[in-house]
Amino acid sequence: MIAWDLDALAAVLLVPLAAAAALALLPGYRATSRLNVLASLLTFVAALTLLVGERPAPGAYLMIDDLNIVFVALSTFIGFTTSVFSASYIAHEIETGRLTPGYLRFYHAMYQVMMFAMNLALVANNIGLMWVAVEIATLSTVLMVGIYRSHAALEAAWKYFILGSVGIALALFGTILVYMAAIPVIGEGPDAMVWTVLIAHAAGFDPALINVAFVFLLLGYGTKVGLVPLHAWLPDAHAEGPTPISAVLSGLLLNVALYALLRFKLLMAANPGALATGPLMMAMGLASLLFAALMLYRRRDIKRMFAYSSIEHMGIIVFAFGIGGPLANFAGLLHMVMHSLTKSAIFFAVGHITQVKGTQRMADIGGLTESHPWLGWSLVVGVVAIAGLPPTGVFMSEFLLISSTFAREPLLAILLVLGLLLAFGALLLRVGALAFGEIRGPVAPVKASYLPMLAHLTLVLVAGVYLPAPVVAWFRHIAALLG
Amino acid sequence: MDRLVFDVAHMLAGGLVLVSFVMLYQDRLSALLKVYALHALVLTASVAWQAFVHDAPHLYITAAIALTFKAVAIPIALHRIIRRLGIHREIETVVGIGPTMLAGMALVALSMVVMLRVTPEADPLAREDLAFALAVVLLGMLTMVTRRNAVGQVVGFMALENGLVLAATGAKGMPLVVEISVAFSILIAFIVIGIFLFRIRERFDTVDVQALDRFRGDRR
Repeated sequence: MIAWDLDALAAVLLVPLAAAAALALLPGYRATSRLNVLASLLTFVAALTLLVGERPAPGAYLMIDDLNIVFVALSTFIGFTTSVFSASYIAHEIETGRLTPGYLRFYHAMYQVMMFAMNLALVANNIGLMWVAVEIATLSTVLMVGIYRSHAALEAAWKYFILGSVGIALALFGTILVYMAAIPVIGEGPDAMVWTVLIAHAAGFDPALINVAFVFLLLGYGTKVGLVPLHAWLPDAHAEGPTPISAVLSGLLLNVALYALLRFKLLMAANPGALATGPLMMAMGLASLLFAALMLYRRRDIKRMFAYSSIEHMGIIVFAFGIGGPLANFAGLLHMVMHSLTKSAIFFAVGHITQVKGTQRMADIGGLTESHPWLGWSLVVGVVAIAGLPPTGVFMSEFLLISSTFAREPLLAILLVLGLLLAFGALLLRVGALAFGEIRGPVAPVKASYLPMLAHLTLVLVAGVYLPAPVVAWFRHIAALLG
Repeated sequence: MDRLVFDVAHMLAGGLVLVSFVMLYQDRLSALLKVYALHALVLTASVAWQAFVHDAPHLYITAAIALTFKAVAIPIALHRIIRRLGIHREIETVVGIGPTMLAGMALVALSMVVMLRVTPEADPLAREDLAFALAVVLLGMLTMVTRRNAVGQVVGFMALENGLVLAATGAKGMPLVVEISVAFSILIAFIVIGIFLFRIRERFDTVDVQALDRFRGDRR
């Protein structure tokens, strides 16, 4: 059994890596986009085996525990559905000549490199390895954001690259400081970077040193989460890259950075003398929520608007984990899963919409429910879900968060509700004009596979009505772990 | 002997901070690149000294990478690029030299205060190294934000990474995987930058980042 699980863990990493090599070499976009789907499916199956099977013991470099398996399962699932969406999206891009076959080969290879790097960051048991993986994920997405080579795409990629690199550099400095703090307790050498060893000895670390380390880590990985003073790269990167990349950026990459932050939050919590991380995270989360909610009103570009909505939701999630406690952590986890599913579904719809309308300007898009009922109604359902209306999963997690905030910090709860209502208003205002009213823009039928979008939305709707007992027990268990 | 070991390490790390300051006030790209090469040389010496002192042969590899790649290959390649683009005489700082230098001094003071205060128990050599490394990182960032030109920003970023290498080698016994990855990341970063510069050139006939700012999203 253990051998099998080790293989599954290896498969989560090796399948994308092998696929990346194959996709870089093989010509022909039809076959390669199918191979991309197949590789993503295999990775997802491997992640599921990890989920149900027995866990291998943590090694020096890799590990699977209760916390990261949720992230692995979620990212491989969205990686798989996005690859299905990507196949139909890409076919259209090739037809219109926006992408050439050479770039497409590069795009597919980079997609798998990114999946590899994200999975590696999640299963790494070594804080140095985790950092390397996040860096590779950043670089591969930078290359994909710039793939259209338009002015705006280049600017977005450059901005993302510079801000992302500075963020990642700060995170490395924080990682080195954690190692320095570990030396007096654990001793020199590789052990002092192994996550499971660090957490076991965290109580003995020098509090002042890990406080400084955490500030660097929060700024560094926080840049990648898109927390507010550090978010500048996020809207551009979402708006100018290919839409499948917007979906994985929102659905996966932000979560991976968040996971890194959570890990170090756990480390801080295990040390009695260290500063409380909650208030820092709450402040940044709330700032992100309020800022993004206000920014939503002035958006004219549809992808950019949903990018701001991602900042808003990452703010909510970071706020939830900042408050802490079983209920808020539960809400944070649930919200993270629901946001990933909903936001990537929205980007799937938006991808097809922008292709058929030939623009991302919201003023040029209208009456979608009449001209393209499937896309239009999916967008409406997606936006209703992301705005937090019942009966969707997002509503449930936001409700849990608000009630636990009222119990603990009533004043902050007012700000939280204010931010949510502001965002709600902005989103409904926009979607009204997009989905209803007179038809604007071309009405050509769209050749798309609706399956990924519908699968995500169904999951979100079902989760709003009924969460299976094992899932609840599972999340409750992890919420307790997060303290 | 101990005293000497400490003093040399101290001098080299301090030298790196000094060269970072020299980078701050360069207003021509070709001069900036030369200073960057010097920066990488000082880093090489510092890393090699650490390798010798701590008897850690793997650090010699890091030193060799810094020497061949950062002190020679990258400056030469970037020099060619700016010559070809005809921007080697460009004067392109955003803020005046005076305020920049003052800000730099404030940053160095800040990193000394922060790092020396939080590491009273650490090995004195590692302590000093860490404080200097943070100063180099912050000065690298300052170099980035005071440049308008893409090449200038890239050089600032590489100076910042040098600071990280200094920190990583200063932390005794830090596993090799990280050091190689640091060097490796610079390699990747350079490839990315190379591609970008190429593309930016192709599109705009300039590498002035201000030209890019015009294309910011919503103002279309």
